[in-house]
Amino acid sequence: MTEDHTRPDPDQLLRRVNAEEQREKRARLKIFFGFAPGVGKTYRMLQSAHDLREEGVDVVVGIVETHKRAETESLTEGLPLLLRRQTNHRGRALEELDLDAALARKPKVLLVDELAHTNAPGSRHPKRWQDVLELLEAGIDVFTTVNVQHVESLNDVVAQITHVQVRETVPDSVFERADEIEVVDIAPEELLSRLAEGKVYLAEQAERARAHFFRKGNLLALRELALRRTAQHVDEDVREYRAEHGVEETWPASERILVCVGPSPGSDRVIRAGCRLAAGLRAPWVAAYVESVERPSDRERLEGHLRLAESLGASVVRLEGLRVAEAVLSYARQHNVTRLLIGKPTHSRWLDRLRGSLLDEVVRGSADVDVQVIGSTTPTSAPAIAPSSEAHRAPPVHYASAALIVAVTTLLALGLHAVFDVPDLEVLFLVAVLVAAIRFGRGPSILAAGLGVASYDFFFVPPHYTFAVEDTRYVLTFLMMFGVGLIVSELTARIRRQERGAIRREKRTAALYALSRDLGAATDRAASAAAVAAHAAELFDARTFVYAPDVAGTLVSIASKPAGSELDTKELGVARWAFEHARVAGLGTDTLPGSRTVCAPLAVGSDVVGVIAIEPRSGRGLDQEPREWLDAFARQAAFALERLRLAEEARTAAVRVKSEELRSSLLSAVSHDLRTPLAVITGAATTIRDDESLPQATRAELVSSICSEAQRLERLVSNLLDMTRLESGSVALKREWVPLEEVVVAAITQIEPRLGKREVRLSLGPELPLISVDPVLVEQLFVNLLENAVKYAGESAIDVEARMESGAMIVTVADRGPGVASGSEERIFERFFRGRQVHAAGVGLGLPICRAICEAHGGSIRASSRDGGGAIFTITLPLVGTPPSLPPPAPEAS
Amino acid sequence: MSEGALVLVVEDEKELRRFVRAALTAHGYRMIEASSVAEAKMLATSHNPEIVLLDLGLPDGDGLELLAMLREWSRVPVIVLSARGREDDKVLALDAGADDYLTKPFGTNELLARMRVALRHRASDAVGGEEKVLTFGDVSIDRTKRLVARGGQELHLTPIEYRLLVLLAEHAGKVLTHRHILKEVWGPTYASQSHYVRVHMAELRKKIEVDPSRPKLIVTEPGVGYRLREA
Repeated sequence: MTEDHTRPDPDQLLRRVNAEEQREKRARLKIFFGFAPGVGKTYRMLQSAHDLREEGVDVVVGIVETHKRAETESLTEGLPLLLRRQTNHRGRALEELDLDAALARKPKVLLVDELAHTNAPGSRHPKRWQDVLELLEAGIDVFTTVNVQHVESLNDVVAQITHVQVRETVPDSVFERADEIEVVDIAPEELLSRLAEGKVYLAEQAERARAHFFRKGNLLALRELALRRTAQHVDEDVREYRAEHGVEETWPASERILVCVGPSPGSDRVIRAGCRLAAGLRAPWVAAYVESVERPSDRERLEGHLRLAESLGASVVRLEGLRVAEAVLSYARQHNVTRLLIGKPTHSRWLDRLRGSLLDEVVRGSADVDVQVIGSTTPTSAPAIAPSSEAHRAPPVHYASAALIVAVTTLLALGLHAVFDVPDLEVLFLVAVLVAAIRFGRGPSILAAGLGVASYDFFFVPPHYTFAVEDTRYVLTFLMMFGVGLIVSELTARIRRQERGAIRREKRTAALYALSRDLGAATDRAASAAAVAAHAAELFDARTFVYAPDVAGTLVSIASKPAGSELDTKELGVARWAFEHARVAGLGTDTLPGSRTVCAPLAVGSDVVGVIAIEPRSGRGLDQEPREWLDAFARQAAFALERLRLAEEARTAAVRVKSEELRSSLLSAVSHDLRTPLAVITGAATTIRDDESLPQATRAELVSSICSEAQRLERLVSNLLDMTRLESGSVALKREWVPLEEVVVAAITQIEPRLGKREVRLSLGPELPLISVDPVLVEQLFVNLLENAVKYAGESAIDVEARMESGAMIVTVADRGPGVASGSEERIFERFFRGRQVHAAGVGLGLPICRAICEAHGGSIRASSRDGGGAIFTITLPLVGTPPSLPPPAPEAS
Repeated sequence: MSEGALVLVVEDEKELRRFVRAALTAHGYRMIEASSVAEAKMLATSHNPEIVLLDLGLPDGDGLELLAMLREWSRVPVIVLSARGREDDKVLALDAGADDYLTKPFGTNELLARMRVALRHRASDAVGGEEKVLTFGDVSIDRTKRLVARGGQELHLTPIEYRLLVLLAEHAGKVLTHRHILKEVWGPTYASQSHYVRVHMAELRKKIEVDPSRPKLIVTEPGVGYRLREA
């Protein structure tokens, strides 16, 4: 991993700077490290806390076990204590560190005793060290205590020394995370004398182990172990310093370690050895397993081993291959593995002879890879599991079927006996064994072979009807039958395994492919999330929920399968944790394992865009392989959601730019068009006010210009308001049945003063039906069109014509003015666009309003050049509904 | 007769009141001002004004409310002042008993003309007499003979057209809502069939207007109703 270098390259310098910054920012972990209970770790930790407190640092006791020792207890006085979380488990009141309270209190330094402690069931994390990691993540410095026997990688070494198996362990990664390790050390003799004085608290089970544990020899060994582990940590610091400061690398070549992991109970020892070796060599290490395990109990053990390896810092890979050795070696060659760790075989030798020895094959094929064989202490509690247990046990019906096949064969053979020679009948039995092997697996095939041999011997081998054999030639036949049965069943089993693996991979690939296809087709977040939920539900056979943060950052459901369901508060808490910490949480994980769901963050890089919750119908957590699927799934889903989010952002940005443009054009138009009349009004009004000697004619002129400018201003403001209302969609059409004529005439009346001498020629046809429109708006439409003609078409007459055409009323307003410039037929309906005569009054809102009104009625408007010159506006208003019947004659009255 | 009439102006905009005051006092009206519903109620009861100019958008309540209260005990003419685009408000106010409306912004001439019409109608109501012959422009209606003539030329109107015309003429200068016209001509059950009015009004116009595309007599008030323009 670390390359040869004497001088840091710029990238490395940058990394160093970043790393230093990170370190300064990140919370500090201090471990008070002892070699046995009673050395005074808690005491020492409290002393340090007091020192800090005197310096004015905000130190809070999260949880400290004083075990009622007076000297320790007295030290907690004067330090603020966090209330403990009370839980009740099976009638026992338990007190735990209140993680949420600690996070809320957020002191500078928090004391958390006994890092290796296992939390009460139902806590957020099963282990206290996980609480500590979360505290550190939240920026709280933590002081904690731990004994050497709790360090995961030393667990079995300690067990060897003391013969006490310690169950509560802390991963080495947490230990390595410590910024400072303070060894709390006393001489073993003193510890023993303190123990004799009863100053050391021991838990019940420890009391029992006391005879084993507290022996001087043990203590010396543990002490050495503790000091060495600390030295290793210090060494790490030195190496980091060297790396950061370009000090020459002392290790000549990079190493890479591969640890072979299987379901065998000895595997955890191999894993720990790999971890220690990797730590010693500072090499990356990989835990590899070959996909072949069938039995559920083995499967569980294997999962346990893989979790252990992961927690110790290994990366876990799954290998596929017909032969385990081949798969392992090919991985080793491809990834430049330098050392390979493998467990000692635990089965007897003859099995190796029969099936080939994995160890042997690995050693032979390892070439330049060093192979280390790790011995197993084979705990007596667990039975040694022979690798042959891979094949799953055949159900009884298979055995019965195998026996039946032999029986049928025997009958057939008896029938053919007359025609064929005895040795030829062998083949029949061989075929029977083959069929049994292929169809039913090893056990039934052996049974078939046995029965076949017996039957063949009994019926056909002379002397007939006895099991005696005259000719030794037949012994070979018997052996052959057994051999064929074994070999074929083994081959079949292998092929089956491969097939199953292939099917699983196929299923996964297909699921991912289907997901990506659906995600590609989805155009919005809801659709993508729904696709993710649906595919995940199918793949994991689970109820699924997809959550994403809303604007305020609260998680809201965006999809689920079955649709419409939601997580309850507790499970939502899990989802939130996964979301906030960007880590998988829930059922079968390290965090909140008591939940019903597994929650995986949907993360793109460091951005978490959502979270997916899986609630398996089986109620069991996900195994290694489905977990990998979930990872792949979550990644793909996250990318899709992120892609849509970016697209959405781009869209809103575009809209913003557009509305920004609009606003600025509105501003410039309005500022010009509003200011001009205001300037005229102000000027004229002040002149009248200030100049009393103004001639009457001038005065009248000024007053009339005030009036006309005020009217212009009024039209402008009305237009702006109309446009705004129409655009905001707040206008509800008030349709009424009206004769078109009335609306047009009302419009003419309204602009009469501005029409002057211009003629308006109506040709509305006598047979026009009533039309259902909003009369006020449509009148406005015609007012605007007429005004437009007045503005641009000089003194020419205006023609308004109407006709019916395929269920719509077509109204044209035409003039003989200069017409519409070709190419701007559409643009004139855009806001703030003004025709060729820029000086004409108005903000360029008249025609856009016309268009908005037409569209509100489900119609349209377009402009074109009129034959013979001029412009023609064509309005299409679809007829809506059936015109009401004509009014009845009014009752005669006075 | 309108000289010296007491006008109550209910309007919260000070500048608008100032302009109205200038216009009214210059024409001999006396004026009292209110800027809120509460103030207006007080002044209306204590001063008994002869005409009310009422802004519909008041700070402490709806002008319609004040109108309803006034109508409980008084037939004083009320002219509603409102902004363009609030046609519904105008119709509501007219149907609730307002005599007329003015759309802001309005000019002095318009204001005075409307006030004159309103005051005259009140006066004629007070007299209670109906003139036998109504004339406007060159159109005359002889109510006893049921004859309508334009420029001495007799016009042939259907009974409905005749009743529409008489209704408009009786309220010359005043705006009549569709609803009002329907109720008067067809009866209360037809109040929502506004297209009856529209269709017949179009026919009537063709007969009495010189140029129906530029009507001089019957004016459409968009979204509200019709008004017979006074000569």
